[in-house]
Amino acid sequence: MPSTQEVELAQFGLSEPDIRRALGTIKVRDVDYADLYFESRVSESVSMEEGIVKRVAKSVSQGVGVRATAGEKTGFAYSDELSAKDLALAAETARYIANSPQGAQSLPVAGRTKPARDLYPADRPVTDIATAERVQLLNLIDAEARRYDPRIVNVMASFNMEYKRVLVATTEGLLIGDVQPLTRLQVTCIAEEKGNRQIGSFGGGGRVGFTYYQEENRYAHYAREAARQAILNLSAVEAPAGVMPVVLAGGWPGILLHEAIGHGLEADFNRRKTSAFSNLLGKRVASDVCTIVDDGTIPFRRGSLNMDDEGTPTGKTVLIEKGVLRGYITDRLNARLMGIPLTGNGRRESFQSVPLPRMTNTFMLAGESEPQDILRSVKRGLYAVSFGGGQVDITNGKFVFSASEAYLIEDGKVTKPVKGATLIGSGPDILTKVSMVGHDLKLDEGIGTCGKDGQSVPVGVGLPTIRIDEITVGGTNG
Amino acid sequence: MDSKEAMSDLQQLAADLLTRAKKRGATEADVVVADGDTFSVQVRLSAVDRLTKAREKRLGLRVFIGKRSATASASDFSDESLDRLVADTCALAAAVAADEVSGLPDAPAMAKNLPDLDLYDPTVLSTDAQIELAKRAEAAAMAMDQRITNSEGADFNSASGRVVLGNSHGFLGDYRSSTFSVSVSPVATDAGSGGMQRESWYAVQRKYAKLDSPESVGQEAARRTIRRLGARKVPTTKAPVVFDQEMAGSLLSHLCSAVSGYALYKGASFLIGQLGQKLAPDFVTLYDDGRMPGGLGARPFDGEGLPTRKTTVMDQGRLASYLLDSYSGRKLGLASTGNASRGVGESPSVGPSNFYLVPGSKSPEDIIGSVKNGIYVTELIGFGVNMVTGDYSRGAAGFWIENGELAYPVEEITIAGNLKRMFADIELIGNDLEFRGRIASPTVKIGEMMIAGN
Repeated sequence: MPSTQEVELAQFGLSEPDIRRALGTIKVRDVDYADLYFESRVSESVSMEEGIVKRVAKSVSQGVGVRATAGEKTGFAYSDELSAKDLALAAETARYIANSPQGAQSLPVAGRTKPARDLYPADRPVTDIATAERVQLLNLIDAEARRYDPRIVNVMASFNMEYKRVLVATTEGLLIGDVQPLTRLQVTCIAEEKGNRQIGSFGGGGRVGFTYYQEENRYAHYAREAARQAILNLSAVEAPAGVMPVVLAGGWPGILLHEAIGHGLEADFNRRKTSAFSNLLGKRVASDVCTIVDDGTIPFRRGSLNMDDEGTPTGKTVLIEKGVLRGYITDRLNARLMGIPLTGNGRRESFQSVPLPRMTNTFMLAGESEPQDILRSVKRGLYAVSFGGGQVDITNGKFVFSASEAYLIEDGKVTKPVKGATLIGSGPDILTKVSMVGHDLKLDEGIGTCGKDGQSVPVGVGLPTIRIDEITVGGTNG
Repeated sequence: MDSKEAMSDLQQLAADLLTRAKKRGATEADVVVADGDTFSVQVRLSAVDRLTKAREKRLGLRVFIGKRSATASASDFSDESLDRLVADTCALAAAVAADEVSGLPDAPAMAKNLPDLDLYDPTVLSTDAQIELAKRAEAAAMAMDQRITNSEGADFNSASGRVVLGNSHGFLGDYRSSTFSVSVSPVATDAGSGGMQRESWYAVQRKYAKLDSPESVGQEAARRTIRRLGARKVPTTKAPVVFDQEMAGSLLSHLCSAVSGYALYKGASFLIGQLGQKLAPDFVTLYDDGRMPGGLGARPFDGEGLPTRKTTVMDQGRLASYLLDSYSGRKLGLASTGNASRGVGESPSVGPSNFYLVPGSKSPEDIIGSVKNGIYVTELIGFGVNMVTGDYSRGAAGFWIENGELAYPVEEITIAGNLKRMFADIELIGNDLEFRGRIASPTVKIGEMMIAGN
């Protein structure tokens, strides 16, 4: 029986001669490189609120993105029709940028290959799960969250799954495909007490099947965590305002790395010299306890891929080694133009968008400190455990990320919960203020989505417990 | 292709899908079909960086089997694909719980007269002409000042498309729309410190002829970038905050989310139970106008086929209306305001059409002039807004105001407060309302917020 990993041209109704002709049309004199990205995606979401599963939606799409690059120029077209005729038309558009006469070659492509490894093997498509089973899981979540505390007045939960088959054909002869499953379970609770209303959210996921959420009763854990956060926030006091030491817990607070340095190390901004990190390669940008990597090869993780969307195997790239900036993350275009290694980070939201250098799973390696010692070292500060989203201005390096669960630290002890507050800092500077790194590296639960240039892709982050000596906390209590 | 004929093709498709759904057991159904062309060019440092062209189409079906419902969408319009779509959607609907308030809007409420809102411009620009427009915009920014040293590029985008919505009440409506936009993102360098700043400016219109010249967009982008050079932090303090047009618009977008029927019935809004309450001073009036001619959020009918209209959301400081579609309206015991917003293949939610704050009489300079010590905010980043509590904390950049004048640029600070209190604390509204999106606001001054810096 064929493994679900294999993707064939025939699944897109095309043959190898079609591909060779289309690539031949694009590869005119001044075109350096061209590729075709075929994608077929089935996604389904089920959601529950007010105790009933009332919404279900399914989406089926397929199409091809056709790209040609010439020097720094990219020509791109896409089509949701996959006929040889549509392919040829898209190819015409893509090669417009090269300003060259029409080509008529037929380019060789290799026999179909598949990635050398399978980081997310599945014995059946993730979407092959009866709706009834998913409905039942959401009902169990509702019951679990309400059981946690009678002050939970509403529970919203959703389960999303996606099954994507992709195939990349390039003018360099590559023809390679991958099957990329992705699922996510998200729970949000609203708690109410005497007119005080608070929200809590928790979730997880990855390139995993439905049974992942039943194993170890993960779904119940998500429900209780969302409920716990909402209840906790009922007693939250105003967050402090101003510069202070902040201890970040492990896991999802790694969003700090994603915003503060990850985006700034994407090759496109550095090639254009519009990143606050431009020209800092080999320079110290963090304290020597910080080593940060981007690793797309961790099995079953949300940010992992067997190959990126240009067919390059993903890898583990050291971004910062003991505080020194070591590398950028690259796609083909930027690696070629900058003359630096290809790291397998060329990613795209869909066939409707061009690949860009993007992160996969970005995290800091474990250090040696005891997490308890890190907390004890702070006289007055903030302990931030969970975060909502973040954002960065690449050019001036200023980034923010917003805490959704945080506590005051008073005399080395974690005390009162505080309301959500935004933390703001400067990317090239903030990691120089990391003075302690715990031995407790944790990756996030698998809920991250990163936006860039209008394109969303799934990503992961991770962090051990760390101490930042000073960062501006944007509370209301001055 | 004759547009009228092509339009009826999509209508035919919608009608066909409704018939198929009925045959499969749907008691009610609606269909959205959309298609369109998009073109986008990005130039950087006078050369084409990226050129994108596409033609897209998609359809979405929502079925009801009694009180159970499901939606599905596909881009393949073949007979076989449509058959599968209908079968899948009906099967999904059978698997979820019955929801007593679900269903299409009442048949008599469907839009009947569909006005031409002037949303479509048939102008087709050549590829080379669009490249040239983007180049001119960037060149104007680069030529503006020696401190503009680099560029993240300039974009020109054009798009046009059609939307058809049909339902089993017999409603079948359609409209065409177009947009043209230009944006520029220059980078400026501070010769002293070597620090860089990037800003951008843009223009967007439904009619090409109404679009600002690429030169004016480029020059404005450069002006906004240069003025940020040399920005610094300020000490942590409480002070008045003046939001420029764009940032005041972001406050309105939070208000929009809070008055959305879905947030309200789920208990996820800080404005629950506030209808009819006085939330802001007398000079604060907000409208949502679904029929503003040429408006970027205008359309003849909403995502359920109900007529769009002008709704007074806040009347002299009093919360006069929520924004509702029929589902969230039924949940709250209110009628739809014609604000069903809907992506193809999604069930309806609520969104603003053209949502704006009625301008006051003061110029932005007068408003800044009224502040002794405070901040003029021109940029906000991050997601630090809690819609359930209204708690607000975002990263900000702008200018410190001293004795009524912009003294120096500021960055790496946060501003924090609570949205409900911020709206109550509006002190002045500018006379500078301009529509550059679905949500528009003049300059707004808020009495006091917490500013966290050094």
